[in-house]
Amino acid sequence: MTSDHAATSMTSDHAVDIDRHVRVYITVFVVLMVLTIVTVAVSRFHLPVPIAVSVALIVATIKGSLVACYFMHLISEKKLIYAVLALTVVFFAALMALPIFTVSDGYWIHE
Amino acid sequence: MEIPYTVQVRRDTGLTNGKIGIWLFLASEVMLFGALFASYILIRTGAPSWPRGDTILDVPLATFNTIVLISSSVTMVMAWASLMRRRFGTFRIYMGATILLGLVFLVVKYFEYSHHLHLGEFPSTNNFLAIYYTLTGLHMFHVFGGMVVNAYFWGPGAKLWKTNPVWFTNRVEHSGLFWHFVDLVWIFLFPTLYLL
Repeated sequence: MTSDHAATSMTSDHAVDIDRHVRVYITVFVVLMVLTIVTVAVSRFHLPVPIAVSVALIVATIKGSLVACYFMHLISEKKLIYAVLALTVVFFAALMALPIFTVSDGYWIHE
Repeated sequence: MEIPYTVQVRRDTGLTNGKIGIWLFLASEVMLFGALFASYILIRTGAPSWPRGDTILDVPLATFNTIVLISSSVTMVMAWASLMRRRFGTFRIYMGATILLGLVFLVVKYFEYSHHLHLGEFPSTNNFLAIYYTLTGLHMFHVFGGMVVNAYFWGPGAKLWKTNPVWFTNRVEHSGLFWHFVDLVWIFLFPTLYLL
């Protein structure tokens, strides 16, 4: 549900639509709580660092996606917002790649 | 002069100006936190040894704060949904709850910080604490900023509801987008700093 819909009049269909969304919000909230417990529980196993990092980031990505898709309504947004975010993802990925390349470079130097 | 496209969407973008504005701002915020995350990766991978977060930081307290912030995201979206249902009283309750939960988050963080500072653990103590204070400190400023905006819409800004309810609903949605982003950042900060 986007703000564009706010401009429309409040019909009974619209109210039903909002009720459906509210049920989704509550479901997402429960899932986020469960995933938070999972994140903490997994950390208690003291897994090797690469596995622990992978699991933590996968769970965090799932949680973040749920927040973005449902609370931030990204699941039903306009194309322009997707275009802006796609560009952001590209630059963010480049930003994350920089330290990774640097570390790899360091390993090669040591070898 | 009247601000254009606050209620009606632009024909070229299909969006209100406020909506595209807040998303562009959030895109810049992604890069701000992204730069700090990149710094964290660089410092951690370059360090000869790195402590596990749970040996220094208080995980139960941070878990509690995670629950608080996720709950505040739900109350925020419920505040917006209340306006969409034309229930202003319910909006006030949910928005008030969002502000209170934000306050709880900051109070918990205050106790966490003061505990470390009393132990002599300052940002200058080591790289772990430096990046911990930088990331969580910046995040805390965002929580505070979001609370100020939300408090405005809960209080004096709410009079717009009487004259232009659709515009007010849109403004609350935009404020909510920022609040959810702050929650999203914490979702990544929590495991990165406290659990790994």
